[in-house]
Amino acid sequence: MSEAFVAVEAAGTGTQPVPAVSGARQFWRRLRVQRAALVAAIVVALLVLVALAAPLLTAIEGQDPTTYHPSLVDSARGGVPLGSFGGIGGDHWLGVEPQTGRDLFARLVYGARVSLGVALAATAVQVAIGVVVGVAAALGNRWVDQLLSRITDIIVAMPLMIMALALLAVVPSSFPRPVLVALIIGFVAWGTIAKITRAQTLTLKELDYVAAARLSGWGTLRIARRELLPGLAAPVITYAALMVPANITIEAALSFLGVGVKPPTPSWGQMLTSADVWYQAAPQYLLLPAGALFLTVLALTVLGDGVRTALDPRAVSRLRVGTGRKGEAKADGGVGTVDAGVAKPAKTVGAGVEKEVRS
Amino acid sequence: MSGFAGFALRRAAGAVLTLLALSVIIYVVFYATPGNVAQITCGPRCSPEQVHQVAQQLKLDDPLYLRYWHFLEGIVAGQDYSTGTSVEHCSAPCLGLSYQSDQQVMRIILTKLPVSLSLVVGAMVLWLLLGVGTGVLSAWRRGRFTERALTGVTLAGIATPVFVIGLVLMIVICGQLELLPFPEYVSLSDDPEQWAWGLLLPWFTLALGEAAYFARLTRASMLETLAEDHIRTFRAYGVSERSIVGRHALRGALAPIIALNANDFGSAVGGAVLVESLFGLPGIGQELVHAVNVVDLPVVVGMVLVIGFFVVVANAVADVLYAVADRRVVLT
Repeated sequence: MSEAFVAVEAAGTGTQPVPAVSGARQFWRRLRVQRAALVAAIVVALLVLVALAAPLLTAIEGQDPTTYHPSLVDSARGGVPLGSFGGIGGDHWLGVEPQTGRDLFARLVYGARVSLGVALAATAVQVAIGVVVGVAAALGNRWVDQLLSRITDIIVAMPLMIMALALLAVVPSSFPRPVLVALIIGFVAWGTIAKITRAQTLTLKELDYVAAARLSGWGTLRIARRELLPGLAAPVITYAALMVPANITIEAALSFLGVGVKPPTPSWGQMLTSADVWYQAAPQYLLLPAGALFLTVLALTVLGDGVRTALDPRAVSRLRVGTGRKGEAKADGGVGTVDAGVAKPAKTVGAGVEKEVRS
Repeated sequence: MSGFAGFALRRAAGAVLTLLALSVIIYVVFYATPGNVAQITCGPRCSPEQVHQVAQQLKLDDPLYLRYWHFLEGIVAGQDYSTGTSVEHCSAPCLGLSYQSDQQVMRIILTKLPVSLSLVVGAMVLWLLLGVGTGVLSAWRRGRFTERALTGVTLAGIATPVFVIGLVLMIVICGQLELLPFPEYVSLSDDPEQWAWGLLLPWFTLALGEAAYFARLTRASMLETLAEDHIRTFRAYGVSERSIVGRHALRGALAPIIALNANDFGSAVGGAVLVESLFGLPGIGQELVHAVNVVDLPVVVGMVLVIGFFVVVANAVADVLYAVADRRVVLT
């Protein structure tokens, strides 16, 4: 039996938190045995690479995402791209945008930057606020807990899209748009992380090693940082991994509605706003951003499921990590077969109900 | 049963409190923003005199808590607005005036509400049927090809943003195959048949993503129930697998599904905004996007509160239904 198995066993009993450092290796091992999650992780890594290398890729192509090429569209026919297949050729690998003639490949790869960047930044904001509020509610006195928990309930109850839309109306437009969108998504969707953090902290703070720290005179802040945060890592990472694809969808949706990321900054959702008008003349104008969105959200969702299985102590018997035998490496937690827990991000699966259920 | 009535009452009181707190947050966020509130509310094309009049009507010289109190008063008892020469009465649930469109916010919402309700309620019926059906089917055929295929389809459904589903459906079904005309809203009271035809595609668009989510949930819930002892007893008595899955396990699995359906209402409302904008349906969502674009604050605030009202009520109803459906729930 591998040491990873033993460590997870110990974590499962709830008496000892998983040590943060060796936890990373063990996590990777438990993620790797899930074939679907591994494929998803590779796809995500490639997407991140494309996003990071966007300036390089467009330099090789010799184009940039914002230059207009009026000579490449037929102004007499309303701006249909000239040439076959929407203007695909050696200069423009994926053709040009209708009306403006901007290079589609460049807009697509720069769009990956916006999509992933906004989603990751929003997730970071959600985790930061959620963890601080959750820990504060769990460690604070009764009134602090009541106040923070009620606010959290409201945040959880309100539809994300609606709140994000509404907030976009009042924030001054001088703000850089992608940053603004990331902040707003972050500020409206930290509720579930706060709930998870609060529940986990309440469990952790009753444990002996936290009591020991308290007895040796540590302050609340130091205990929170040194003793509680490592124990919070697993549930928070699990949920954060599921939030990333949800955030990608929300950014795309807001930009699709014309209130998110605005031109000239490219965004996949924004590209789809007028794609239906051009689908006959330039079908790739619809298919490319739609396909990119689909692939990204799919890969991140599968990866998120894999992360959850890898961090779930109950899944250990299904994973059979580390025996190295071929037949066993096929994890049960493949595509969408994970049963327990949160199935969809940005949702409070039974959160309000669970506490009322007698176990 | 008095325990149950008490629980329902407490839950209702909780919902009212949540709504109040929500209204405070919304009011503070939107009316305590930096910048000239009167100018923003009135719109960019207002003359200084008009801005001044708006500032007086909004009582901007009063402190924020007093203004909030007036706002609440308006919702409960209605309000009168003097427009200089005449007095306009805004009756009971008064959410203020939209100076940009020169209308009462509540009236704007009431004209748009039937469209959004038609969309969401119709789609909800669809996604429950599709989602629960798919979930039961894949739990029944677990381990076989059907389950794997369904699992793949559901995952794809979850990964596709609702507006991409809508775009593709619209282009393929209305544009290429011409099976349906492009969606259009006709009032239910005018022509029920046209109403249903016009909403068919929007219903499916909104329902598919949600159905995928519910299929996943139903399947997980079913598998959990199927592992319980009483199901093993049924098996031992020789009850057919079909009847075990279709009747006994489904009954046990339904309670969390009911509860989640109402909780999910909020995300469906968000999806409805996208569907309305995509198909050009004149509902609340489309109006909200418009109001956000032109920064019509009273409309934005009113819409968020009305949507919040529906979501909070749906959640409260869900909790009560859950308590009815699952007697293990402790009423607190």
